[in-house]
Amino acid sequence: MDNQAVIAETKLWNQDTARRRTAPGGFERKPRRGESVIQGFLFICGALTIFTTLAIVFVLGRESLLLVTSKYVTEAGAVHTISLFDFVNTTEWQPHRFKVGIAPLVSATLMSSAIAMLVALPLGLGAAIFLSEYASPRVRSILKPILEVLAGVPTVVYGFFALQFMTPLLQSLFGRSTVEIFNVASAGAVMGIMILPLVASMSEDALSAVPRSLREAAFGLGSTRLETTTRVVLPAALSGIAAAVIIAISRAIGETMIMAIAAGARPNLTANPFESAWTMTGYIASISGGDLAYDTLDYNSIFMVGLLLFLMTLGLNILSRAFVARFREVYD
Amino acid sequence: MDRIALFAAGFISLALALNGSLTTPALAARKGYSARLGLALGLSAGLLGSVLGAVASAALWPDRSGLLVAGSLLGGLGALAAVWSRLPDRARRDAPLPEGEALRRNIQARHLRGTIARTLYLGAIVIALVALATLLWTIANKSFGLVAVQYDVEPDALLLNGEPTGRPLDELSEHELEQILAQNVREALLRRFILESVLAAPQADWPQLSPAPVAEALAGRAYPEDLADRPLNELTSAEAAHLINANMDRDDLEELIFERVINPTIVASWPLWDALMRRDEINTRAAESYPQAELQWRSWISRDFLSGALDPRRADVTGVRPAIIGSLLVILIAIAFAFPVGVGAALYLEEYARDNTFNRIIQTNISNLAGVPSIIYGMLGLAIFVRALEPLTSGQAFGASTANGRTVLSAGLTLALLILPLIIINAQEAVRAVPNSLRQASYGLGATQWQTIWHHVLPYAMPGILTGTILSVSRAFGETAPLILVGGATYLTRDPDGPFSIFTALPLIIFRWTTLPQDEFRNAAAAAIVVLLVLLLTMNSFAIILRNRLSRRLIS
Repeated sequence: MDNQAVIAETKLWNQDTARRRTAPGGFERKPRRGESVIQGFLFICGALTIFTTLAIVFVLGRESLLLVTSKYVTEAGAVHTISLFDFVNTTEWQPHRFKVGIAPLVSATLMSSAIAMLVALPLGLGAAIFLSEYASPRVRSILKPILEVLAGVPTVVYGFFALQFMTPLLQSLFGRSTVEIFNVASAGAVMGIMILPLVASMSEDALSAVPRSLREAAFGLGSTRLETTTRVVLPAALSGIAAAVIIAISRAIGETMIMAIAAGARPNLTANPFESAWTMTGYIASISGGDLAYDTLDYNSIFMVGLLLFLMTLGLNILSRAFVARFREVYD
Repeated sequence: MDRIALFAAGFISLALALNGSLTTPALAARKGYSARLGLALGLSAGLLGSVLGAVASAALWPDRSGLLVAGSLLGGLGALAAVWSRLPDRARRDAPLPEGEALRRNIQARHLRGTIARTLYLGAIVIALVALATLLWTIANKSFGLVAVQYDVEPDALLLNGEPTGRPLDELSEHELEQILAQNVREALLRRFILESVLAAPQADWPQLSPAPVAEALAGRAYPEDLADRPLNELTSAEAAHLINANMDRDDLEELIFERVINPTIVASWPLWDALMRRDEINTRAAESYPQAELQWRSWISRDFLSGALDPRRADVTGVRPAIIGSLLVILIAIAFAFPVGVGAALYLEEYARDNTFNRIIQTNISNLAGVPSIIYGMLGLAIFVRALEPLTSGQAFGASTANGRTVLSAGLTLALLILPLIIINAQEAVRAVPNSLRQASYGLGATQWQTIWHHVLPYAMPGILTGTILSVSRAFGETAPLILVGGATYLTRDPDGPFSIFTALPLIIFRWTTLPQDEFRNAAAAAIVVLLVLLLTMNSFAIILRNRLSRRLIS
């Protein structure tokens, strides 16, 4: 009998003690109430995470529902309502004027994430390949912690970096008249630097998980290191790398502070990355900066935006997991 | 010419040159040429073709920047295609596999490609490192530098018996300082100093206090007997100065004169790089714009900065003490809640949970929660802790007097929810790494499941659990977005002192100062970032030391 089976049996035996009065061997056994209480407590700890999710869904859903069902009375006495249709049907985002076309926020979010991925994907993947395929163990043991430092820097610091370094850099490259002080490009590029270590470390894990024997076989057939990497190791690790990329996109969409600091604060439906624009997260952060009064249009609108954000990131996370489950190559 | 178009065209040329250098060597080798020749051909064809195309399109259509990009793209691609298709074939086509000289060329070409790719991969790492270095440099650049300081009165121009002292303050005696106060400051201001600095009375009480006799207003404090019956608002300068001196030691007196009479204000600041490289320019600019001011070196991180109170108006005198205290309080509450629950959940999932649907849902749910953006947790905290549970989190149920639920407790609980999934995942890994033989030995000796967990599994997994916890906590320490939502203040008149007080935190302060219009606040923000990073670094190195210590002890 292997270890797992012994453990499983012992577990069962322990869990059933409360019900069984007599243990094997004829010993009289007391029911252990303390054990059950502890187990119950630990179960509650685990179940609490479910409650967190339910609470998020409930809170976001309830306030969003209030947004579309409430009647808002202006000072002039006019009564406004907001219909769900307005969100996708119009393209102007000014909640205090009852215009709730969400397109400007979503487009800015997607644009900043795309810029971030343009930076993070090639650099992160290149770094991962270097670390896993080329670097000696010594070099890796030095470089990996440095990348982790980059991952550990708080995002508000990256926001400062975007405003103090990246924006002036872009302005000196493209001219002050083209690049606004607050712009999506600068925030997006810095966000790319921020998620670079995430892409690098997740891809590196995927690459390192490819068994050595595969590489040895490729080398034995006369492949160079590059050919081994691109034709054998990369395809084998593809599901892990794809998962890393999807997670990185989800992180980029949900990133707040860089956007709130460097991307500016006005709803702007544009394709020009050098203009300022409100992302979804940036909108939530800057609207709730002061004392936001409850049950106003602004208050409800941040939950609506939050709900959309939650659904987008959740979808991407589930997609990433599905990728791994579906396409993972298993070598034993 | 549009600069963006120029940059795009340049980028295209580089990409095409790179592409050419990667593909052409092998092609050349196959056709019987040296791989190095192929490299040179591909590189120059991609680069030259696109540059020529760009130049040509710029010459033909001078005002169309979009065509420049298209021209470079077309030109470069055309040149590469020409090289690839027109390169005459020198090798014999009928040989199935290369041999001899051809084989050597083939291998050389493939190794050349390998070297180029390796350089690119290394380049990615180097760029990441350069980004980190630039980030740190940007912060250092703003934390130190030159400032132009302007005084209301030059320190050595203070009048002493009708003449400028000509000496710095710290060389003057206590009596001389009192004389300076009496002779340089108006009576009304001196009386105000008594109310403010000696009595520390709130402004609302001033109308009552100022007509009161000295004996009554300064009850319990030192005052000369002969002034006892004089009303406070009729004191002469000399008398008021004497009264102040009687209640202050020499250092406090010197500080009072320095801050309130000399009153240094920073009128301009320059970052470290400019201060080092363009000193002459700064000197002339400062002399033009601020003729009264004096250039000084300044480190924005100082003891006063660490221990001082927040000042919403002046970056040069503000401190971060309330923010540091607030951050620590919030994080303590987060740990107190998230650590036990997180470890409990991990133990349940690893030791007790059977493989059924509900437990699988819990597991999936935890990894999904770990990917939820932090700002969503902030909204959860706002709706649940700040609003719905207001009587509890504002402390009104416990007799505290905070007006609403935007308190340390709400913030701490919000961050606790944020780090809970991270702690669970880390703790699960640590518990999973405990060898089964340990559990079997314990069961074999007759221990119950909980005894086994408590006495064997937990101690063995503890280093891993603690490391994971500290790393998660250090992530929460830098979180800003949830705290904004939960309603953290960016200015406090007093330190947060418990779970029910309103709060601020270091990242919040950094956010606020970064977005303020005055440039000096960016210096203060950089200094606050240094404080934050040092705290994080301390936490992380503590985690590493802890892990090494505990694991050495347990494994040996």
